[in-house]
Amino acid sequence: MMNTSKQRVLTALMNILLLIYAVFALFPLLWMVMISFKADTEVFTTTFIFNPTLANYKEVLFRSNYARYIIDSLIVSGGAVLVSVVVGVPAAYALARYNFPRKEELAFQILSFKFAPEILVVLPLFMLYQKMGLYDSYIGLIWVYQLISLPLLIWVVRGYFEDISVEIEYAAQVDGYPWYQIFFKMLIPLIKPGLVSSALLAFIFAWNSFTFPLILASSKVYPVTVAITKYLGTDTARYGNLAVAATVSALPAIIFALFIQKHLVRGLSFGAVKG
Amino acid sequence: MGNNNLGIKKVDLNKVPFKVRVRPYLIVAPSLIITIGIMVPFVMAIWFSFTNYSFQFPTHRFVGLDNWVNMLTSREFWNALKISLLYGLFSTAIEILLGLGIALLLNSLNNWLSKVLRVLLVFPLMVAPVTATIVWQLMLNSSVGIVEKLFNLFGLYNFPWAASPDTALMTVIMIDVWINTSFVILLVLAGLQSLPKSPFESAKIDGGSAWFNFKNLTLPMLKPSLYIALLFRLMAALQEYAVIFALTKGGPGDTLMSLSLTSYQKGFTFQKFGSAIPYILVLWLIINVLAKWIVKRQRIAQKQASGLEG
Repeated sequence: MMNTSKQRVLTALMNILLLIYAVFALFPLLWMVMISFKADTEVFTTTFIFNPTLANYKEVLFRSNYARYIIDSLIVSGGAVLVSVVVGVPAAYALARYNFPRKEELAFQILSFKFAPEILVVLPLFMLYQKMGLYDSYIGLIWVYQLISLPLLIWVVRGYFEDISVEIEYAAQVDGYPWYQIFFKMLIPLIKPGLVSSALLAFIFAWNSFTFPLILASSKVYPVTVAITKYLGTDTARYGNLAVAATVSALPAIIFALFIQKHLVRGLSFGAVKG
Repeated sequence: MGNNNLGIKKVDLNKVPFKVRVRPYLIVAPSLIITIGIMVPFVMAIWFSFTNYSFQFPTHRFVGLDNWVNMLTSREFWNALKISLLYGLFSTAIEILLGLGIALLLNSLNNWLSKVLRVLLVFPLMVAPVTATIVWQLMLNSSVGIVEKLFNLFGLYNFPWAASPDTALMTVIMIDVWINTSFVILLVLAGLQSLPKSPFESAKIDGGSAWFNFKNLTLPMLKPSLYIALLFRLMAALQEYAVIFALTKGGPGDTLMSLSLTSYQKGFTFQKFGSAIPYILVLWLIINVLAKWIVKRQRIAQKQASGLEG
């Protein structure tokens, strides 16, 4: 290709377009972080130069229940992912390795849970949970969060198992290793990067979920996504606090996302796109 | 997928002992029990749609098709259906077109900007929709927001955003686009990077134009990835709840009362459980039919794409 001046103009134009999109995609987050460091008096000034203060952080994290909401989110999302890993990884293995009647239908059944409208699940569940005493409890939320974390884990981990050649497993079997040693000492280490990143992605999705905790929890368990709406109704004078609440709730997900970059596409598409 | 099951495990299951034959089902069972335990109420829901069930009263009775007839003859339902479809179609269409464009830019510009952006553009996708909505409220607020200040420079004052029926839908769609375009970008980038080199090399020799190559090579080979993006985005956008709820709770008036929000409002605010369910069942039906169609198209696109590679 010749690098003519026409080509250079085109490249410059492409860079500008990309830059415009980057501003649209990233500036709101920058703005949120900036406001979180602004004093209440300076929130209204829309300037980029100001005296950064930690007052908002101190107020939200130490003088309100926000820290407790974060712990609730951690317990519920972490618990959900843990349960999903324990029951989901063996299921993923079975769906990858065994050939049995109705296998694909079973796998699609599990996937279809992801596409069921959350409200549809949650309306009757609200009634059932109240009868069973699961309403507003950790176990109740961890259970319903399985609809978020389990299909993801099973489908993505299944793909990673399928990537491992059966011959390796066969060789170990011939060498006389029992199945549990093959599974835990050989297969699990092989899929570990994939497993860890899909577990982290499942955690992010669970952490971000809104409809389930909104309807199935009220006071004893109060994840951040629901707690944050409490700051919404308040007057604009407290926008600093709102920005802190938003920043703190976004942080864990963004940090985890940076760790799992290489596996992100595969996880997001449930293994449909092997990026 | 089929090739992976070669070897030891591919024995005729009818000849192996029962204990071995049920093993895969036993391994999958816990996952199914956990999820089906939650899907049971889903079946109950269908039953409740034929009753006058309410949280307020201890008993309920069968009312036949009343709830369904009431819904189908109400203006509320057709408005909700319209909003869900508009939201789903517009946000998905914009996300796919914009995502495709940005991914193509990122792929062809291999400079530092594109390398940094590949990492950073993931951020909006990882923020909870509720949080994202708050971020945008900070931006759009008429006294604190920077967008208002920016518009003032162009002589535009008090742009209403979510406060006016004329701009509310546009505002929620914009927030959805902000969150989810990254999803399409990531998928298309992965698709672009897995494209085989040889068809492009022979096209270069033939001297086709860039547009010709895009239309006849890149696009058909990207189609499978685009269908996956369409599947995931459309299914989620049709039932989007968090963004609308956090921004306006369905207002102003009933401007943003989608099927999801109407169902929630009827079930919880008005405590009319029986009449809330049909709304969400209609949504479920739409999602199911569309998902099946997209999956079918995706398979066809996949076959055509692998034909091009050869």
